[in-house]
Amino acid sequence: MLRFILSRVGQTIAVLFTVSVIIFALMRMIPGDPVLMMLGDDFTQDAYQRLRAQLGFDRSIVTQYLIWIGNILAGDFGDSYLNHERVSRLVFDAFLPTLSLVVASVIVGILIAVPSGLIAAMRKDSAWDYGSMGFAIVVYSMPSFWKGIILIWIGSVYLGWFPAMGYVHPWTDFWPAMWRLALPALTLGTFFSGLVARIIRSSLLEVLDQDYIKAARAKGVRQAALVYKHALSNALIPVVTVIGLQFGALLGGAVLTETVFSIPGMGRLTVSAILNRDYTVVQGTILVGVFAVVGVNLLVDLTYSFLNPKIRVT
Amino acid sequence: MARPLDADGRPLDPEVLALPAVTSPPAAAVGPASGAGITRWWRRFARNKGAVFGLAVFVAVVAMAVFAGALAPYDPLAQGVGAPLQTPSLAHWAGTDSFGRDMLSRIIYGARIALVVGILAVLLALVVGVTLGLVAGYYGGVVDAVIMRVMDGLFAFPIIILAIAMMAVVGFGVKNLIIAVAVGFIAPFARVTRGDVLAVKEEPYIEAARLVGVGSLAIIFRHVLPNVLAPIIVQGALRVSGAIITEAGLSFLGLGPPPPTPVWGSMIAEGRNFIVMASHVSTLPGVALMVTIVGLNLLGDGLRDTLDPRMRQ
Repeated sequence: MLRFILSRVGQTIAVLFTVSVIIFALMRMIPGDPVLMMLGDDFTQDAYQRLRAQLGFDRSIVTQYLIWIGNILAGDFGDSYLNHERVSRLVFDAFLPTLSLVVASVIVGILIAVPSGLIAAMRKDSAWDYGSMGFAIVVYSMPSFWKGIILIWIGSVYLGWFPAMGYVHPWTDFWPAMWRLALPALTLGTFFSGLVARIIRSSLLEVLDQDYIKAARAKGVRQAALVYKHALSNALIPVVTVIGLQFGALLGGAVLTETVFSIPGMGRLTVSAILNRDYTVVQGTILVGVFAVVGVNLLVDLTYSFLNPKIRVT
Repeated sequence: MARPLDADGRPLDPEVLALPAVTSPPAAAVGPASGAGITRWWRRFARNKGAVFGLAVFVAVVAMAVFAGALAPYDPLAQGVGAPLQTPSLAHWAGTDSFGRDMLSRIIYGARIALVVGILAVLLALVVGVTLGLVAGYYGGVVDAVIMRVMDGLFAFPIIILAIAMMAVVGFGVKNLIIAVAVGFIAPFARVTRGDVLAVKEEPYIEAARLVGVGSLAIIFRHVLPNVLAPIIVQGALRVSGAIITEAGLSFLGLGPPPPTPVWGSMIAEGRNFIVMASHVSTLPGVALMVTIVGLNLLGDGLRDTLDPRMRQ
């Protein structure tokens, strides 16, 4: 087990290294000179050279990378070129709303997916099956930004039940926060539920076909007890994997969902930083976002190997 | 191995060499390469109602894009063909937008950008990813390690984030939009290809080709590639919907083709401002987008279930 953990951690570090190189290279490839952007219209050649040296742009690209990654490992993401705020501060402030959104969406998604996947598998090839799987593929196929607008239209404009935008931290004021989070979480959560419901259905059908289930059935265990006591817990294991595999997609979906609902999260910060060529902020947000994805994947792998001992051997 | 080369000096087909125990299916039996193969595949495909519906939607969207000029009742760029923000009526089936442009015509023309960007981006990603996967899988060693670690890195990025960052690097325009969307889809192609190459590489017919002196490149493209193609086609079909969603997302964020080009994502974004008084401006282009995506997802699922030998019972 320890060897498995160590090798997975090793792989994760390798991926993180590659990711950091990709981000660093991407940011250097963006056309436009950030030094010019910082200086504005009125400056001297001398001031230009001084700022360039100060930012380290006069050194070799490898040195620049090493300085950059060294600072990051020390927890220093640098300052925003634009407003000179600490990038770590900006990213941290933006990370919390995104995290709340993603967590709420996963909860909403599972609350929808488990019953609908369950009913689809138990009544295979019935109207229930077609209905819930049809619903799954439709909500999964709706682009999150459009679904968000539809939900605003129905939930805020037409019914007037929910606020259309804004964000409050759940720990500042819980119920108003949930109220504001409801539509965004439904937007992203239904996407997730579409994915998970289909997987629960197929894995449940597979489990129900196994010998130990047949044995239980032969013993006279009723269908409902069979599903809840014996099959469901095993059928839910793949859901853990889906959370890991789709965490990136969830984070990506959060970017667009945040834009629709004006949530001051990672997505909005990244998009505005890219448009403003604010290198350090872009590096910080993408790095933290991708690190989160890779970290969640590692956690999921470890959880999965804990839940399913067969995996550890390979 | 008496006649390893044919009259033109080309190596004979693996099937002609008649080596036993070819475990992976020969290319002809897998994809629509031979007449009998097509018929058999079509029979399997036609049984899948969702897939047939998906195919119908896809054909309809392609027709919409190709014949946009004939189908659209108005010029999609002409302003003031109706009063601004009119709700759907007999004159304007999908209403008008804030510039008084006919929404139906704009939605019909919007299929063009969606399909062109979606399909070309996947093709570009396919060509790059498959090449990398072939090289990594066939040569192995350091080449494999370097290529696949970079792919692991790319794979960790949320696709839309990578596409946004790429837009910043390559700049605006349809061509750049295709590149930006494609980058996020390279890694899956490379992974699928590499995995299958590793299996096919060990087949006796590859060994045979190597023994009779066929060059590495010829082996890779003439003997390995055809035998790993089916899962790649399936991947391609499955990814087009994702590419279209990514394009729409970029356009929604204002990174797509500049106005007044009719693009579904931009139209949805524009309609946000009028959601209270004229919800159709935002909602209707989204319906077109959603139907396209549902169709492509069903079609992709159907192709996966009927084409991929591993999924076949």
